[in-house]
Amino acid sequence: MDKSNLIKMANDIGSFFKSEPDRTLAIAGIEQHIRNFWEPRMRKEIVEYIEKGGTDLMDIVAEAVKKLAK
Amino acid sequence: MSANNEIDYGTPVSSAENQVTLEIDGHSVTINAGSSVMRAAAEAGISIPKLCATDSLEPFGSCRMCLVQIEGARGYPASCTTPVAEGMKVCTQNDKLANIRRGIAELYISDHPLDCLTCAANGDCELQDTVGQVGLREVRYGFEGDNHLDAEKDTSNPYFTFDPAKCIVCSRCVRACEETQGTFALTIDGRGFESKVSPSQNQDFMDSECVSCGACVQACPTATLMEKSVIDNGVPEHSTITTCAYCGVGCSFKAEMKGEQLVRMVPDKNGQANHGHSCVKGRFAFGYATHKDRITTPMVRDKISDAWREVSWEEAITFAADKLKHIQATYGKYSVGGITSSRCTNEETYLVQKLIRAGFGNNNVDTCARVCHSPTGYGLKNTFGESSGTQTFDSVMKSDVIMVIGANPTDGHPVFGSMMKRRLRQGAKLIVVDPRSIDLVRNSPHVKADYHLKLRPGTNVAVVTALAHVIVTEGLADEAFALERCDVESFDKWKTFVSLPQNSPEAVAEVTGVDAETMRAAARLYATGGNGAIYYGLGVTEHSQGSTTVIGIANLAMATGNIGFDGVGVNPLRGQNNVQGSCDMGSFPHEFVGYRHVSDTETRSQFEAAWGVSLESEPGLRIPNMFAAAIDGTFKGLYVQGEDIAQSDPDIQHVHHALRELECLIVQDIFLNETAKFAHVFLPGSSFLEKNGTFTNAERRISPVRKVMTPMAGKEDWEVTQDLSNALGYPMNYSHPSEIMAEIASLTPQFAGVTYEKIDAMGSIQWPCNDEAPDGTPIMHADEFVRGKGRFMLTEYIPTQERTNSKYPLILTTGRILSQYNVGAQTRRTENVAWHDEDRLEIHPHDAEVLGIADGDWVGVKSRTGETVMHAIITERMQPGVVYTTFHFPHSGANVITTDNSDWATNCPEYKVTAVHVAKVAQPSEWQQKYQSFSDQQLSLLENRIVAGD
Repeated sequence: MDKSNLIKMANDIGSFFKSEPDRTLAIAGIEQHIRNFWEPRMRKEIVEYIEKGGTDLMDIVAEAVKKLAK
Repeated sequence: MSANNEIDYGTPVSSAENQVTLEIDGHSVTINAGSSVMRAAAEAGISIPKLCATDSLEPFGSCRMCLVQIEGARGYPASCTTPVAEGMKVCTQNDKLANIRRGIAELYISDHPLDCLTCAANGDCELQDTVGQVGLREVRYGFEGDNHLDAEKDTSNPYFTFDPAKCIVCSRCVRACEETQGTFALTIDGRGFESKVSPSQNQDFMDSECVSCGACVQACPTATLMEKSVIDNGVPEHSTITTCAYCGVGCSFKAEMKGEQLVRMVPDKNGQANHGHSCVKGRFAFGYATHKDRITTPMVRDKISDAWREVSWEEAITFAADKLKHIQATYGKYSVGGITSSRCTNEETYLVQKLIRAGFGNNNVDTCARVCHSPTGYGLKNTFGESSGTQTFDSVMKSDVIMVIGANPTDGHPVFGSMMKRRLRQGAKLIVVDPRSIDLVRNSPHVKADYHLKLRPGTNVAVVTALAHVIVTEGLADEAFALERCDVESFDKWKTFVSLPQNSPEAVAEVTGVDAETMRAAARLYATGGNGAIYYGLGVTEHSQGSTTVIGIANLAMATGNIGFDGVGVNPLRGQNNVQGSCDMGSFPHEFVGYRHVSDTETRSQFEAAWGVSLESEPGLRIPNMFAAAIDGTFKGLYVQGEDIAQSDPDIQHVHHALRELECLIVQDIFLNETAKFAHVFLPGSSFLEKNGTFTNAERRISPVRKVMTPMAGKEDWEVTQDLSNALGYPMNYSHPSEIMAEIASLTPQFAGVTYEKIDAMGSIQWPCNDEAPDGTPIMHADEFVRGKGRFMLTEYIPTQERTNSKYPLILTTGRILSQYNVGAQTRRTENVAWHDEDRLEIHPHDAEVLGIADGDWVGVKSRTGETVMHAIITERMQPGVVYTTFHFPHSGANVITTDNSDWATNCPEYKVTAVHVAKVAQPSEWQQKYQSFSDQQLSLLENRIVAGD
């Protein structure tokens, strides 16, 4: 799927959770949201993106996606 | 005229709790205090002649036909305006009363055309009945004197006529317009003999303020105001109670029939959502159901450039099933999916999602709520624990402060809008948060917003959070409620967040465009003005922060204790009739019926046991994901029941691209809609008049949909889904939708107590309905939130990425209009086009002047995604810098302009904020010309379809 769209969607999720003062909770929230609502092929693509060194994700989103990969 | 064979009690029921006992014609009658003598008599089975009284209106006492004698009272009081009293003794029939009534009837008849035998109301006329009841045998006054018999008939309204020659000036129409509808379009002009009903300033109905709700027609006791369908077809002979197929109010109607012909829709006075009222769509706009454009034979084709080929049901189903099987065999089982519709019944949507999960073997099912109220589901589930509104519609009658955010009830939910206006006339305060001056805002003698927060589109979260800032920092929160009923840690964290200086009204005034003091005043009113209720619509949800605003609204209600009882609450106004139901029925790709995630093993096991298959534990594709996957080449087959994604979804060129990439698009609809123009299989659908089922409205009310005519294509929609499932190898064997509901109830805690028998007995049921609440649940979260403790969540304002600049300096926002509905497939095929026959661009006079645009000019509206052309309307409803249009007509291309921005949580599209450039033009846009050509080609392929035997 269109990578730029997936990146945008992921960062939009991150923008909501970034107001959470506890960074750990914010990252967990992003991870859970993507896990709950993204179809597996979308998750796979965003994980591949970060694993290949993609840099356009917000920091907390990138952290969440890495946890998603585990 | 009211519905056939209904008892009219003359005056409304009294809500008083204490009762009195009186004697009427020697019979002892006990009734609620405050009732009229007329009502008491009617409830005892004693009919008092009447003309100006009807039980939908307050007593008026003008016709003098209902006079009675009361022991100890002077004269002959009108029974409609005389309240009952303990020990009262009433006589309704004696010689003196009979003489008086005959004299009055004689005067009425002396100025009434005696054409009863050919009158459209013959057999259904209260004047005729009453005159017969009083035994009038002679009219001593001839027609030689002055009379009104030659008064000109007004036929301007497409649905009803106004014949003043037959008017008895009882004022029922005027009172219905005021009390029931709240428009005040009618008045009695003149005095004495000159008195006459006048729409607005003696205009005809179409040029007046009349909104054509039909309340006046229903109230009229003669043929003065008469449905044209009755004039054309005669008085109906039987009726069936069913539920409207338009908006989320879900009005109950009596479908009045002659055989299988629908003659008239009369709102059911026992309807628990609408209490006998309706709007122009529900009452009158049913002609689409038998429109010549209906397609009643299945059709197939291999390519969308091919002519359609009419086939049998069996061949069409086999063709579709074979295509889907081939696609799954070629591209994998995740390469197909389906879309359910909020225009379909609960049973139909349940069956489609079951077919996809169990028959297709994946969770690629989504519903049109994706593009409207999916943020409501997310926001309310996460804060309150349930994806639904909290109240009944009637609750508004106990509200002291009503906040309307991003909704336009008088256009989008008109029957509820009338109820809200009634409460406002009683003195409730009104706060409107909307970029546009909706009707509720406008200064009028009847309704006026106390505060209009005319914000810039896209800044809802900033405003809602600023309201919270005021409530917390000024000590207006209901701390006791929040500490007892809500999660305290989340409440404390939220208070800290909203109290930050950047969330103050002063800090956000510039970005929102709302004066800080107005925001403060509105917050104080909501928090301290008594029962505070919030109503919201798509102006909240269809934003990149749609879910955040829903959360913010829930936060406000919890912080002020406005939750859990009558008069308060959080109330999403659903766009289509079954938005709530289609969401309830497991139409989202991540949830089973009852909002339970597919990854929940216990839930999934229940469904696997009931359905006899192994089910996927991963969420499926949402609608926009399906489009992306289609363009990506991994999604190839789609089954669409009752939706028109090729018109309704944003960035239409992207949608059309995706649809063209599909190898098999199956559309089930009553018309060849825009989506069907890209289809390979067309399965003819059945209208709401042709099937059984249920709809669930915005207040969680499950109401009956009942078949009143044979399906034109031979099958109800659920039967078609069942056939497709069987052809795909997943067996379904229902014989009636009641069996589908029984299965739903067996698998869904919120629906466990729902049966067709109970719905018929109660009229409707508000879920949850189960052992804990066998009669349903009018008010949610009364003692405890569904999730236990209410959860406050943080709502940081994140500006949309859709920004204005020098190239796109204006913001376009979209909405609805009273006479049209959604994509217009139904209402465009009715006389409602008399009010609205194209989508137009509303623009503020200042912007129009700068751009050199005059009212009615063709204007090009260009965004980063596309361009379209429409006529301009210059109006001060808009604020400078913001333009507005509707999306009811496919060729206006409103969604050519909208972008793929969407809500962060749900991907609900950001229809409400698009940066555009507007300029005067002379011809349709390039897209419009291309699409017109494509559409013409498709209609030609339909016209020249191959029929059996060709």
